Amino acid sequence: MKPLNKDLFNMKRLKVSLAMAFWLSVVTFPIMVIKINTINDTVIWRWGNLALIVILGLFGSYIWNYALDRMKERKGESNRLKETLSGLYQRLRSNPKVKKPVLAAVVLVIAAFPFITSMYSTSILTTALIYVVLGLGLNIIIGLGGLLHLGYAAFFAVGAYTYALLYQYFQIDFWIALPLGGLFAFLFGLLVGIPVLRLRGDYLAIVTLAFGEILRIILNNWGPVTGGPDGISRIPRPSFFGIDLKLQGSINLTYYIMVLMVVITIIVVRRLEDSRIGRALEAMKEDEVAAEAMGIDIMKSKLTAFALGSMWAGFAGVVMAAKTTKVTPDSFGLMESVIVLCIVVLGGMGSIPGILLGAFIFKIVMEYFRVFAMYRMLIFGAVLVIMMVFKPDGLIPKIRRKYTVEKEGA
Amino acid sequence: MLKFENVSTYYGNIQALKNLTLEIQKGEIVTLIGANGAGKSTTLMTLSGVVPPRSGRIIYKDEDITHCDTDLIVQKGIIQVPEGRHIFPYLSVQENLDLGAYLRNDKQEIKNDLEYVFSLFPRLAERRHQQGGTLSGGEQQMLAISRGLMARPEVLLLDEPSLGLAPILVQQIFDTIRQINKENGTTIFLVEQNANQALKTAHKGYVMETGKIILADTAENLLTNDEVISAYLGGA
Ligand SMILES: Nc1ncnc2c1ncn2[C@@H]1O[C@H](COP(=O)(O)OP(=O)(O)OP(=O)(O)O)[C@@H](O)[C@H]1O
Ligand SMILES: [Mg+2]
Repeated sequence: MKPLNKDLFNMKRLKVSLAMAFWLSVVTFPIMVIKINTINDTVIWRWGNLALIVILGLFGSYIWNYALDRMKERKGESNRLKETLSGLYQRLRSNPKVKKPVLAAVVLVIAAFPFITSMYSTSILTTALIYVVLGLGLNIIIGLGGLLHLGYAAFFAVGAYTYALLYQYFQIDFWIALPLGGLFAFLFGLLVGIPVLRLRGDYLAIVTLAFGEILRIILNNWGPVTGGPDGISRIPRPSFFGIDLKLQGSINLTYYIMVLMVVITIIVVRRLEDSRIGRALEAMKEDEVAAEAMGIDIMKSKLTAFALGSMWAGFAGVVMAAKTTKVTPDSFGLMESVIVLCIVVLGGMGSIPGILLGAFIFKIVMEYFRVFAMYRMLIFGAVLVIMMVFKPDGLIPKIRRKYTVEKEGA
Repeated sequence: MLKFENVSTYYGNIQALKNLTLEIQKGEIVTLIGANGAGKSTTLMTLSGVVPPRSGRIIYKDEDITHCDTDLIVQKGIIQVPEGRHIFPYLSVQENLDLGAYLRNDKQEIKNDLEYVFSLFPRLAERRHQQGGTLSGGEQQMLAISRGLMARPEVLLLDEPSLGLAPILVQQIFDTIRQINKENGTTIFLVEQNANQALKTAHKGYVMETGKIILADTAENLLTNDEVISAYLGGA
């Protein structure tokens, strides 16, 4: 059979695209074409817009369908380019002559970053790093534990408010608040997890979402303690052995704290994946009945993943509060949870490099494209749809690692 | 060694086990046969602590285990191979087997047991790096049983191990069950639809109907029991 779909021109596809363009123009007709002038009580017909929509819809839909067909055709074949690239990558990686200098260069760039760029860039990068930690933390819950969690921002808030409140009422220093923030988030995770983790899938997602909102609403309304919607401001940036660092210095310090935290998080997540708990979680995700029959305590495993993941949000929250010197309940809404979730899914669930990339793309693109603030979410939604259709495993999919200890039979 | 005393289990308002009483001696193969929906799987689930009973007691080695959690029961050496081959589809054969030994720490012994299950099922040895989900149905059943063995069970609970297998493989599975029992002295509680084979394999048998035990005897006697013949052996 002739592979019709590979041809750029295809009658069927054209028909589908025409239908699509027609549908689009009907749907957008009221807002794009009709404009009512309320002063003169006249209707302005913007036919130009209609033409634009039809043309854009036609082309967009045609390209979309063409890409879809191409993807279907290619499903069977192996991707030569991709294989060569990943082979090259593996060879370079295992070659110490290449690996060492590259590693040294990366370390150098990271270390020197605040001195070779502006304060603004450093600050943005720090935010991105905070989101890396959030992504990795949520990944423990979603990627490792297989638990869909839509209220992650609440745990971020627990960390941030821990520092904010402890400072406001007891003048507690950043360095003491940092472990406490993690601890409180961990405990809060246990507290929420015990009732909630009996649920599965969609139900779990809804209940976690609700918990996230409950916390935000409490923070918003408990004015006398939390400052209500205004939050708490003038939280000090991280201190450094009592030395006065000035603004530049403390921004750089925050940056280095985050770099260190990312490194530690990566190490911990790696260890966790290889640990007994990691194995138990993996088994549980694949088949709960079988995992239970192997003597894995399902509830304990889920709770561990949930609370550990929450703990990282707590740490990140403390740094966030110190970095922005102000916390408000609005910074921890549903949107925040969704953004972190998107970072994990976009980057590649379970994949550490994927999440790194996801967080950077997300935060940095968002930041530098402030001009398009109005369209950011629109663009982001479109990107997500495209990703899920063409690369459902994320930008850098997880490579399943083998954890077998035993050697081949002697 | 293992005793059910008047055990009743419910799913909501539906009573699935009605005052079940049965006993298994150490080193025995005991089979439980019965029609679909009789409550056989429920019996195993109750024993494993997945569906705790509402009344009655389960005694294992003079200890009341009625309300123990599943992981504790597994720790005590009661290992279930659930109905319908619950294997880990994306893990390799080897990784599946490793997870069977999840609660054990004796590396050397685990290695020996691995060799042992590979000797029982050489097909698995050939496919040790293949993903579990891509094995054939029969191979998956072998894997499920092997994974159960990797936990070093004292009591092995098998829920319909011959389900959906070709006759020749059914024969092989039952032979292996006997072999496991003989070589390791493993007590085996075998739930089966294939009454003929099960009774030929077992020492003792129970016949179950709508949550109740209606017959209990040696396997030999049950094989010649008229009621069993007409209801489960398809004979006249
Ligand atoms: N989770 C459940 N919720 C409600 N009812 C259940 C549940 N599991 C089993 N039952 C019911 O309990 C009864 C016994 O089921 P069980 O699975 O023990 O049967 P079985 O003897 O193993 O049958 P089969 O040979 O078909 O596997 C059936 O009527 C079944 O519908
Ligand atoms: Mg059954």
